Amino acid sequence: MHCLETIVVKHTQITSDIFVLDVLNPDLTTIPGQFFMLKSWDTEPTFMRPISIYKADDKILSFMYRVVGKGTTLISLLKENDKIKILGPCGNGYPIQELSGKIAVVGGGVGIPPLCQTSKILTEKSCSVDAYLGYKDEVFAIDDFKKHCNSVLISTENGIMGTKGFVTDILTPEKYDYILTCGPEIMMRKVVEKSKKSKAIIYCSLEHRMACGLGACLGCSIKTNLGMQRVCKDGPVFVSNILNW
Amino acid sequence: MNSKINLSTEICGIKFKNPIIAASGTFGFGEEYNELYDVSILGGISSKGLTLKPKDGNEGIRIWETASGMMNSVGLQNPGIEKFIELGIAQMRKFDTVLIANMGGHCMDDYTKGASLLSDSDIDMLELNISCPNVKSGGMAFGIKANVAAEVVSSVRKVCSKPLIVKLSPNAENIVEMAKACENAGADSLSLVNTFQAMAIDIHKRKPVFNNIYAGLSGAAVKPIALRMVHSVCQNVKIPVIGLGGIYTAEDVLEFIMAGATAVQIGTINFNNPLAGESIVNSFYELCENENISNLNTVRGCI
Repeated sequence: MHCLETIVVKHTQITSDIFVLDVLNPDLTTIPGQFFMLKSWDTEPTFMRPISIYKADDKILSFMYRVVGKGTTLISLLKENDKIKILGPCGNGYPIQELSGKIAVVGGGVGIPPLCQTSKILTEKSCSVDAYLGYKDEVFAIDDFKKHCNSVLISTENGIMGTKGFVTDILTPEKYDYILTCGPEIMMRKVVEKSKKSKAIIYCSLEHRMACGLGACLGCSIKTNLGMQRVCKDGPVFVSNILNW
Repeated sequence: MNSKINLSTEICGIKFKNPIIAASGTFGFGEEYNELYDVSILGGISSKGLTLKPKDGNEGIRIWETASGMMNSVGLQNPGIEKFIELGIAQMRKFDTVLIANMGGHCMDDYTKGASLLSDSDIDMLELNISCPNVKSGGMAFGIKANVAAEVVSSVRKVCSKPLIVKLSPNAENIVEMAKACENAGADSLSLVNTFQAMAIDIHKRKPVFNNIYAGLSGAAVKPIALRMVHSVCQNVKIPVIGLGGIYTAEDVLEFIMAGATAVQIGTINFNNPLAGESIVNSFYELCENENISNLNTVRGCI
């Protein structure tokens, strides 16, 4: 865990409200599913913003994020060579070492980016990965998944691409040993519910309002079958059977 | 850090290497921040608020950003005093800094039982939270009425042989009367202020943001009010005062000390800048050097 300043290498807007921010990796090793707390300001706004890792190598840390409020608006104004403060890598990430066989990654909206690096690494260790990507009205990051996944299935709420509806409508859980999901809670709950009769083990990556990102403030605690768990430190990835879903 | 200047300070016989303490509830038991910097640089750490029995804390939204600050309604999620004594103390003892156990409660019995357990443990000081705004029964009531607070403090005093800090709420009916009542009831020191009772509304849901409706406001927004309260209390009590409320910089620390505080606590700023503890301590040494302050007694309470 480190808190340091780094530099924006590239910043691109890819949809009406989604950006890809590449920063110089100051020699940090990350696990897919982990996130960083980011800020490009001094003391206002108060909190840093939790953003998941989209891609990472030894040179670049890449974040794909949606502009939703004050913090992400400020981040979206960053230009090449601007400074940015990063705290991380935060949280546990997906248990890549334990995963094998047939795997589905199921993402919705800005829950899709963290699954990109995850599926790349899984295919590198000879897992067979299918991607299920759910969008509302604008699609993004599809080519990333096409590069390494067996198949990429898409749903859009407005029907502009793939199946019209929700990503959970097209998921066939019985085909998989593991399902990794990230997106709106309602979507992940549906994934868990739909997979109840299958043998698949499901890992969910949760999103939560956070203050410290370190596990100290208990602002992001959730009640689980293992007692109170901190999304920032004990998660964000939890195996579904410990969640009260 | 400049070792030529001596910024050490003493409260009730306990020596602090500098007057900067991590505030309860913002710093866990220190170990998370110790991954980022050596927290032994701090004068002290006040633990996450403890209660006699373990607590899961509040449901719903617990933290909310505001202009120049934040609100919280965590609701004292903690492992309970026994678990803290069993595991937390050893963890905090790894750090070369003053160990303050912060304790809250719901009723008189909780306070006295908890205090007597902690009194027999290896802590340096007990900080009694009579002012948590986020616990429905008890917490707040004790922090508002001076006579009720005095009752809790004197009961805890009887069972507590450790130096006793009483943490005051700015929501007290009269902060000076409250401070005097706690002093007379046996407090060795006072820390103030805790968070200000506050509110936010989700206009789309037409509901309060927090399940408890009200939550505690902290951060830079409250600093001038906290400073005024610390100043008025320092004018009226003889026991040492620990100032807190929106301290973000070394300059803020010096303001509280000039207002009369013996030491200070830093809370909300830890979220904005996870390295704040280390950087405020370092810049406080620099600031004192630049201001030709070699001993804090020369400026303490100069206003």
